[in-house]
Amino acid sequence: MAVMTYREALNLALREEMKRDDRVFVIGEEVGLYEGAYKVTQGLLKEFGPRRIVDTPIAESGFTGVGIGAAMTGLRPVVEMMTFNFALLALDQIVNSAAKMNYMSGGQFNVPIVIRGPGGPAHQLAAQHSQSMEVYFYHVPGLKVVRPSTPMDAKGLLKSAIRDDNPVIFIESETLYNIKGEVPEDPDFVIPLGQAAVRREGADVTVVAYMGMMYRAMEAAEELEKDGISVEIVDPRTLMPMDTETILASVRKTHRVVVVEAGAGFAGMGSEIAAEIQEAAFDDLDAPVERVTGVPAPMPYARNLEKAKTPSKERIVEAIRRVCYQDGNGSH
Amino acid sequence: MPRTVLEPRFQVEHLSILDSDGNLDSSLDPEIPSAELKRLYRAMLLGRRLDERMIRLQRQGRIGTFAPIKGQEASQVGAAATLRRTDWMVPSFRETAAMLLRGWPIEKLLLLFAGYLEGGQPDESQNDLPITIPVATQLPHAVGLAYAAQYRGDDAVVMAFCGDGATSEGDFHEAVNFAGVWHVPAVFVVQNNQWAISVPLKKQTHSRTIAQKALAYGIPGLQVDGNDVLAVYAACHEAVERARGGDGPTLIECVTYRLGVHTTADDPTKYRTAEEVEAWERKDPLTRFTAYLKKKRLLEEGLEDEVDKEIAAAVQRFEALGAAEPLTMFEHVYAELPAHLKAQREQLAGALGNGATPPAGDDDQASPPMRGQRTTRR
Repeated sequence: MAVMTYREALNLALREEMKRDDRVFVIGEEVGLYEGAYKVTQGLLKEFGPRRIVDTPIAESGFTGVGIGAAMTGLRPVVEMMTFNFALLALDQIVNSAAKMNYMSGGQFNVPIVIRGPGGPAHQLAAQHSQSMEVYFYHVPGLKVVRPSTPMDAKGLLKSAIRDDNPVIFIESETLYNIKGEVPEDPDFVIPLGQAAVRREGADVTVVAYMGMMYRAMEAAEELEKDGISVEIVDPRTLMPMDTETILASVRKTHRVVVVEAGAGFAGMGSEIAAEIQEAAFDDLDAPVERVTGVPAPMPYARNLEKAKTPSKERIVEAIRRVCYQDGNGSH
Repeated sequence: MPRTVLEPRFQVEHLSILDSDGNLDSSLDPEIPSAELKRLYRAMLLGRRLDERMIRLQRQGRIGTFAPIKGQEASQVGAAATLRRTDWMVPSFRETAAMLLRGWPIEKLLLLFAGYLEGGQPDESQNDLPITIPVATQLPHAVGLAYAAQYRGDDAVVMAFCGDGATSEGDFHEAVNFAGVWHVPAVFVVQNNQWAISVPLKKQTHSRTIAQKALAYGIPGLQVDGNDVLAVYAACHEAVERARGGDGPTLIECVTYRLGVHTTADDPTKYRTAEEVEAWERKDPLTRFTAYLKKKRLLEEGLEDEVDKEIAAAVQRFEALGAAEPLTMFEHVYAELPAHLKAQREQLAGALGNGATPPAGDDDQASPPMRGQRTTRR
C-alpha cells in the first residue's frame, strides 16, 4: 500500500496497463505534451511516446470515433474527455457505435474502449461544465458506467475497465483528483466492475451515494452518530451493471434508505435505485425510499448558488431523520 | 505589409475514361487485365439484379427497408475492387454491390435486411465493417482502423464510403482532418449521387465540387465520373497504392446518380423530374460498361441467367430459414451476459415456453455460435 492522490492512482493504472499490454493507448485533447488538462497523463508521453499517447485535434466525436475504429481491430484505446460535459459532442459515436457495434456485427466486433474524464459538480465551473453526465450513458444497453469515489477505486476500477471487452464510461471528478488514500501498488490489483462497496457499516439506515455525495453522506453519518442513528453507506462504484445485491442486503438489514445524487432527480440514479429496491425488497422497507438530489436547474456560476443547488450535508441529515421518523414531525 | 498569395490557385481534376457509349479514351486506359474486367462486370451485374430482386422482396414484405443502389454500381465496385482482401472496407448503407464484391454472401445480405443479427456479421476472414445508419458516423471509425494499421505497422489500407449528404456532417470533416494530420492510409470515397433524400447537392454545399473539400485538409482530392467504372478504378487504385506506400489519405468524389429511391420508404417523384432521371439513365454505368466489354469481346454468354440463378438459390435458402430466435436479442449486447440481462433472458425464455432455465454465455450448448463467429478475440 502507498498513500497517493486519486490523480496519481489513475496515472498509475494507465502506466501499469500500458506496460502490461501494448494494445493500450491514450488518445484525446492535450493528453501528450501538456499531460492532460488535469495532469492525469503526467509523464506518459515521455515513457510511451507519441504513438501511444496521442494528442488530437479538438474534435470529440472524431477522436472517440477513431478510438472505436481502433478498438474494433483489437486495440484498447483510453479516450480522455477534457471534461465529460464535452462527451455530448461524441454522443452519437458512443451511443450508436461503441455501444451497438458488437450487437450489430453479431459479435464480430466488440469495442474494448474506455472513455474517461471528470464530470459532476466542481468548483465554480458553471452550467456547461458541471453536469452529472452518467445519466446520459447508463440508460444505453451495451455500455458500462463507472464512478470511482476513492483513489483505490480509481486505480482498481480503471484497470478493470481497460481490461474489459466492452465500452466503459469512466467518470472521475475534478473535486476528487487531489484527495489522498491508500492504494495497492501491486500491478495485479484490480477491482471488478459491478461490485459495490460498503463504505461504512451501520444498523438503522442505508445511504446509497457515490463520488462527492458519498463523502457528504459520510459527514452526515458522523453527525447523526452523535444522536444515536447508525448509518450504513453503500457506494455502487459501477452504475452499470449495478450491484443491486449489495444494496438490497443493506436494505434488508436497515429497512430504511436514502439515495443521494448530485444531478437532477427526475429519472436519475436515485429513481432507478428506489425502483429496484421496491421491486425486490418492498416488504423489508419501514419507510418510503427518500431521494436527495440536485436542483433540476443548470449549475449556477455563483459560489453560493452552486452550493445551494447541490445536495448538502444538512439535506442528507434531514432525509435520514425523516426515514427514521426522527424529524420531529409526528410519531410512528 | 502587403497582402500576399500564400498558396497558388488550387486545382481540382475530373477524370473520365469511358464515354456514355462505352468508347475508351485510349490515352487514359488503365489497362485492367481481362479477368479483372470480368470480375468488375459480374459484381456490377449481380449488384443490379439483386437490387431489383430485393425491391420486389421488400414490396412483398419478405425483407425490410433498405437503400437500393441502382445507378451507383460503377462507383462502388470500381472503388472496392482496388482493395486487397486484407484491406478494410467501411460502408455506409448503400454499398450492396461493393459488399458482394468483398465476399458478403447474397443470403447474408438478405438476412441483414430481414433483421437477423447474423446478417450484419462479416465472415471472420473479411475485413469489412457492418453498415451504419447515422450519416458519416463510420468515417472516424475508418480513420481509427487506419491508425491501428499504422500503430501495428501493417500495410492495410482503409476505404470508407459515404454520400454527398454526409459531407455536411461534422464527422466527415473531423475524419478527413484527422486523416490528414496523421497521414493515415485511408481513402474516402464519396458517392455523390446528387440527392440526399429530397435535398439536392446545391442545397447541401456551395462548393463547386466535393473533391475540393480535401484541399482544405491538406490531402489530395479528385473528382471522377462515377458512372465510369474504369475511371473509378484508376483513381482508387492510385489512391490505395499511395496510401499503402505511406503517402497518406485521398478523397475521391464519384459523380453518379441514384436512379431509384433513397430507401424503399421513399418516393422520389415528389422531389425530382422524370426528365432528370431519364438524362441520367442515358449515362447508366452498366450499359456503358456492357458496350465497352462487347467491343472488347469480353462479354460472357449467359452471365445474366447465371447471376439470376445464383440470386434465386440464395433467396430460396434465405426463405427456408425460420423466424429469428427471440432469445438472440440478448446475445452480443455485451461481450458477456451480465446478471440483469441473464434474468430477463430467463424470463422471456419462460414466457416463450422454451423450458426452465436456458443456458447462457460462452458455454451455451443449446445455442451454438453463429456461423463464422470468432471464438478468439482479435
